[in-house]
Amino acid sequence: MTTTDPSVGTSTAGSSAPGGLVKSVVELDRVVIRLAGDSGDGMQLTGNRFTSETASFGNDLSTLPNFPAEIRAPTGTLPGVSSFQLHFADHDIMTPGDAPDVLVAMNPAALKANLSDLPGGGLLIIDADEFTPRNLAKVGYATNPLEDGSLEGWQTVSVQLTTLTLEALADSGLGKKEAERSKNMFTLGLLSWMYHRPTEGTVRFLERQFRRKPEIAAANIAAFRAGYNYGETTEAFAVSYEIKPAPMAPGRYRNISGNQALALGIVAAGQRSGLPVFLGAYPITPASDILHELSRHKAFGVRTFQAEDEIAGVASAIGASFGGALGVTTTSGPGVSLKSEAIGLAVMTELPLVVVDVQRGGPSTGLPTKTEQSDLLQAMFGRNGEAPVPVVAPRSPADCFDAAIEAARIALTYRTPVLLLSDGYLANGAEPWAIPDTEELPDLRVEFATEPNATTPDGTPEFQPYLRDPETLARPWAIPGTAGMQHRIGGLEKADKTGNISYDPANHDLMTRLRQAKVDGIAASIPPTDVDDPDGPDGEKARVAVIGWGSTYGPIGAACRRIRRSGRSVAQIHLRHLNPMPADLGEVLRRYDRVICPEMNLGQLSLLLRAKYLVDVESHTQVRGLPFRAAELAAVVQDVIDSTTGGAQ
Amino acid sequence: MTTIDLGMPAEGPIADAIARSIDSHGEKQTALKAKDLKTDQEVRWCPGCGDYVILNAVQSFLPSLGIAREDMVIVSGIGCSSRFPYYMNTYGMHSIHGRAPAIATGLAASRPDLSVWVVTGDGDALSIGGNHLIHTLRRNVNLKILLFNNRIYGLTKGQYSPTSEVGKVTKSTPMGSLDHPFNPVSLALGADATFVGRAMDSDRKGLTEVLHQAAEHQGTALVEIYQNCNIFNDGAFDLLKDPATGVQWSIPLEHGKPLVFGPDGASCVVRDEFGGLRIAETNQVAADEIVVHDATREDPSYAFALSRLSSQDLRYTPMGVFRSVQKPTYDRMMADQVEEARTSSSADLDALLTGSDTWTVSA
Repeated sequence: MTTTDPSVGTSTAGSSAPGGLVKSVVELDRVVIRLAGDSGDGMQLTGNRFTSETASFGNDLSTLPNFPAEIRAPTGTLPGVSSFQLHFADHDIMTPGDAPDVLVAMNPAALKANLSDLPGGGLLIIDADEFTPRNLAKVGYATNPLEDGSLEGWQTVSVQLTTLTLEALADSGLGKKEAERSKNMFTLGLLSWMYHRPTEGTVRFLERQFRRKPEIAAANIAAFRAGYNYGETTEAFAVSYEIKPAPMAPGRYRNISGNQALALGIVAAGQRSGLPVFLGAYPITPASDILHELSRHKAFGVRTFQAEDEIAGVASAIGASFGGALGVTTTSGPGVSLKSEAIGLAVMTELPLVVVDVQRGGPSTGLPTKTEQSDLLQAMFGRNGEAPVPVVAPRSPADCFDAAIEAARIALTYRTPVLLLSDGYLANGAEPWAIPDTEELPDLRVEFATEPNATTPDGTPEFQPYLRDPETLARPWAIPGTAGMQHRIGGLEKADKTGNISYDPANHDLMTRLRQAKVDGIAASIPPTDVDDPDGPDGEKARVAVIGWGSTYGPIGAACRRIRRSGRSVAQIHLRHLNPMPADLGEVLRRYDRVICPEMNLGQLSLLLRAKYLVDVESHTQVRGLPFRAAELAAVVQDVIDSTTGGAQ
Repeated sequence: MTTIDLGMPAEGPIADAIARSIDSHGEKQTALKAKDLKTDQEVRWCPGCGDYVILNAVQSFLPSLGIAREDMVIVSGIGCSSRFPYYMNTYGMHSIHGRAPAIATGLAASRPDLSVWVVTGDGDALSIGGNHLIHTLRRNVNLKILLFNNRIYGLTKGQYSPTSEVGKVTKSTPMGSLDHPFNPVSLALGADATFVGRAMDSDRKGLTEVLHQAAEHQGTALVEIYQNCNIFNDGAFDLLKDPATGVQWSIPLEHGKPLVFGPDGASCVVRDEFGGLRIAETNQVAADEIVVHDATREDPSYAFALSRLSSQDLRYTPMGVFRSVQKPTYDRMMADQVEEARTSSSADLDALLTGSDTWTVSA
């Protein structure tokens, strides 16, 4: 049982605030807060700070930043609304929440864009100062919703956030415009009071962030404290909420976003392989943060190269791999389109390469800041010729770390480009991460070839660059600088073993099949299909399975929990390896009467599964630029279960 | 024999692999002969192609650098000239169309211990790969780029190229091409290339001299090599090759020497009133008006003005080294940043993963 209405809960204690106000404390098991404002209002920063406070308090959490592609759309307009949703709980959660319990609207545009998502009775906190006739007119409000009764269905608390911030900073020496900018910190202070968040981290953060502008640091801290104290003293908020820390496995945790985890995974892969990392990248939303993060880690031998274009990004990484580095390129879907030919070159030259695609809405420029899973088929097939490429997808922000290491493992072991499919939701979303013991990370060391591996007909030792390892079918990796191993590789078809140019029909047939067999053979090194299939309360077996890949793991998992709570059985199957798929997947799928595949595309994985396994996978799709809502997904799956089993069990 | 300093040694598993190969092969063999650089692959250019002459010149000249062949890498794109790596007993990559400079940049930037060469053509470097070329030049990555310019697409059987003269009648332009061509030297200088030279395929001595200077240059060196395609554009450079006309229309560039050329030195280069250069008759100007060639001028506009003396039909074509200036190289600066980062912070993976804000859940 979860509480969606923060006004409903267990009142556990009363606290006496200064001024004699007695405020009650209500205990909740979970809350979803959405902060919405203008792109210039600092909602992402506020959200991230609240997240950090929440993480250090020990709640489980999941976040969903949602912002426009424009850096600053016209102030106060609907296209300029930026929001940040945070779900935190005293138990293990899987999604950023379907709908907010609390909506903070910093202006009329933010209210208009988000109100329909706030369920009736939800808490609405509004900056009344921004509800001016001009701002209301900008978004088409004929009357002021604060006055016309249209907000009656919600618990609306209208606060003069701007005025209060200015009052708090009256002595700061800052001008009005500058002082106003701190209203997000006032809001953060207020929310920190409401949800009993620790505040030291934010104070430290502000001091660090503005260490070169101490007056700005002081103003922000003052606004933050003023917001906190306002909550404690005002009569507008009679209740504060407590969400106990979530029980988590023992260990040390930090909060981490997907892009950050992915970047650290690449650094770790470099360290565990002993190889220098070379990142060739061209800035693109939502992948650029990986480039930013990696550029800070030169001490680990990471070289980052901001290339002139996407093609040079991947090409330089291939060049670096030829020289013995772990070559990496990071991009989003449009960049993968541009890199396709070069990825084909890496397939042909059989060099290690990690291609990170942080997927976003497409086609073309599409929705740069919104999430989608629509590059799966591009990753699988988006090259000329038979050009098989392994595909790996992380399932949560923190999992981006392990997925990056796995992509590097496959690339280095099998000498192949690997596509790592993250997405916008994973990239910007955050969650607690149990910091791994570095000694227990996979050992990725490789052996460069330094000795001849064959002999010519006259008995002279020679190096054959395409003589394969019988087990992995990987070719030897001999790097420039190694005497006696000189060889030439390239995009033209290779003769088996020698790697010389060959136009021989039988050889091309053989090499095409060898490249495919090498990628197919990776299945031998990956774990069996990840199936979560608990028996029902009376031991009944699930007849319906839901299969997903990538970031739908959270929403599907949350939907399955709901379904199980309703007494029904359902299995969740999740794929990390999309190519090759786990060896037992066909057998697993055939265990179920029905298999549903929810995807943020028009059915790409289901197409693959149907083609590969001849299983009647039912596709359920959505391309709204946002993750699935667990409740909606649960309803869809529940209908399938009920029609399969003839009613609720 | 000169010995080119390849700079910093490799490290980690790369250095280990190199050390192992030294254990089994002995110290690096830098005393090479031209034949040491030949491979067992049959050279498959058309008989009479200018590429043969260039290949021979390169194989003859490279040993003089004192670099072991395993430390040389030749990266090419697509086109006739890009088959070059297959014929060189070095490391090599015959890559995809236009991308060789980008691939070579990744290699050179991560392995400053190698001598990296790019072999490309006019279509490969200036059309599909134009972007990579200019950015490589402006970055000054330590690469030597040999641009074989035959003013035609040969491998695709005879379409006009970005260096073909206006009005060129080819398979794709039966009524004559409309594009105005690039002058590769002007383009490179516009990108602020630190070394730009031009040579003729058949002029073994001149080609070798320019190649030598390019090899010794620290940074990106672009060498345009006029190369005859005897199948699709035969005789394209005859005006300069023919002894009768060559002397008249070629301007030999020698650092520190006055720019005097033509039969009996009848022509020369002087400054024009707009700060550019023009051709004059030697006997019509004072000796001190004749420009003395200085390839080391920091400002590329002098070299650019030189490159603009020639017309599309090749009259007044300067041959030799236009510009050779010293600037920090990209790969060196990148290595320096890595070094600096290592000095100022430790590579502690545990600390990196832990970050600054953590909390502990106890059992």
